[in-house]
Amino acid sequence: METETPVPGSEVAERISRSATSDRPYKYLLRGTALFFGAVIVLFVWSVLHTAWPALHQFGFHLVTGKSWVPGTGPYGALPLITDTLLTTLIALLIAVPVGLASALALLYLIPQRLRATSSALIELLAAVPSVVYGLWGLFYLIPWLNKTLDPFLAGITGSRWPFSGPQEGFSVLLAGIVLSIMILPTIVAISRDVISVVPTDLIEGGLSLGATRSQVLTKVVLPSARTGILGAIALGAGRALGETIAVAMVIGSNPQIPHSLFSTGATLASTIATEFGEATGSTGGALAALALMLMIITAAVNAGARLLTKRALASK
Amino acid sequence: MTDLLDRLPPDPILERRAVIQQRAAQTIGRRTLISKVFISLMVLAFLLALVPLGSLIFALLQKGLSSISWPFLHTLPTQPSLIAQNAIGGIGNAIEGTVIIDALAGLIAIPIAVLLGLYLCEATSRAANFLRAIIEIMTGLPSILLGVFAYEYVVVRMKTFSGLAGIVALAVLMVPLIAKASELAFRGVPNTLREAALALGARSSKVTRGVIIPAALPGMITGILLSLARAMGETAPLLLVIGASGDWTWNPLKQMSALPLLTYNYSGSQYPSQRAAAWGVALTLVVMVMILSLGSRLVAARLRKERR
Repeated sequence: METETPVPGSEVAERISRSATSDRPYKYLLRGTALFFGAVIVLFVWSVLHTAWPALHQFGFHLVTGKSWVPGTGPYGALPLITDTLLTTLIALLIAVPVGLASALALLYLIPQRLRATSSALIELLAAVPSVVYGLWGLFYLIPWLNKTLDPFLAGITGSRWPFSGPQEGFSVLLAGIVLSIMILPTIVAISRDVISVVPTDLIEGGLSLGATRSQVLTKVVLPSARTGILGAIALGAGRALGETIAVAMVIGSNPQIPHSLFSTGATLASTIATEFGEATGSTGGALAALALMLMIITAAVNAGARLLTKRALASK
Repeated sequence: MTDLLDRLPPDPILERRAVIQQRAAQTIGRRTLISKVFISLMVLAFLLALVPLGSLIFALLQKGLSSISWPFLHTLPTQPSLIAQNAIGGIGNAIEGTVIIDALAGLIAIPIAVLLGLYLCEATSRAANFLRAIIEIMTGLPSILLGVFAYEYVVVRMKTFSGLAGIVALAVLMVPLIAKASELAFRGVPNTLREAALALGARSSKVTRGVIIPAALPGMITGILLSLARAMGETAPLLLVIGASGDWTWNPLKQMSALPLLTYNYSGSQYPSQRAAAWGVALTLVVMVMILSLGSRLVAARLRKERR
């Protein structure tokens, strides 16, 4: 066979093989983009680490365990800030978890079918409101309400003893916790609704057929079988509350101290960065970056845990 | 015969069943009552969740509408003084700053994020899985950290606050959000479409351009608009890096003004007129954010309908 006569179809085969090779630019483009953004993430982590380095070097572990935070001059001990961050998040969860779970169950099973879409949209609307607007609302609507109604009421219950003791200024860790609870509510509702909706109908019908009432089925069948995912939803909400900045900065009173009651003013990790970064000089800048580093580690860990839990819950469907 | 049956030991299962039936019958009234109370409480909790929303909307409209006027929306701010306490001027340049920063951040973020979404959808290596996990975690990180990032790389290098630093911070904020949304949208495209195009001899770039992106467009656009809305309302990163401006600034290398930042600054002002105007600024911001997030729903619904 000296003379090569073209085999029928070879032209197509050649075009196909050519198209396979000439597709490299596309592959490289995707890979290049991934590499580029990976580099941005590394730079992002590095920027926080690098800015925090002088402070880490100078103050060491005292940055985490120190009980006093004085901007400008030091000492820089973040324990009060960490305490306030955890406390506000705890208050937010104590309010938002029961209300959020009840809302998720209501959206799925309890309220009439034709109202469900509208109700979901309303809850999602809460998530679209910028956090500065929550701060503004807390500042001008919740503070008067706390001063006039809630704080005296709570102080009355305990007879002005712990945890509702001390002066009632409105600005407080309690207020920050309340504002946060409203802000994380949409997250908890949306995620727990998703994970609850994959609870097998067989289980629910099985419970009902054994004579359980509706509330028994919800509390003894639905919630337990969705518990991994619900934990994930709570962790996601906690992650949001731990890192919320502006709304907290506006209502907590910006006073770095270990709270002696829920009426105390305070300052969280994130709110301190926001309020002090502008005037930071010298070593304060490094100390604030160290706060950012702590915040990054805490929220990254909480979020990673949350993703793991929700993913497992949704995959088990 | 019956004697024999009577003398048999009683069936434990049947006995247990009788006990259970009896208990269930005895408690059914109580259990139904508890159930009704419980369910009413849950619905009540749900209604309670809507109270803050109502209060917020009411506050925005009541306090915001009174300070918004046409001049307020298109003039420059003025600094009130003890003599002219009500001279607050307008928020024109803050609207302009917000639109420029958000739009440019979107312009940078969208191509990167869509390509990243394609990569995450197509790649299966361990590196890709790791990147996906990191990106998901990034969507939950506090935005103020991106302010620290932009400060370190843009403000410190340029030795000045600038709109550009805000753009960089918001772009990095948006990329994970849009990438995640587009990855989901790309994954939603049926494999049969993909395989049909490949079987016709299309190369993968052609499949992406001609099949995957058009099919995933509603999801992508929803994700993009929602991310733009989210970024538009961010205050914390801007607070650290964009400075302040009382003038129209078309050059992002200079300091700029933005609505969320202005809301924050006005809310803590010593002048009552500026504190009142904070509500007007907030309402303007919320309206702009809502246009984007409601727009995302409309666009998605429209595109889905056309497809059918």
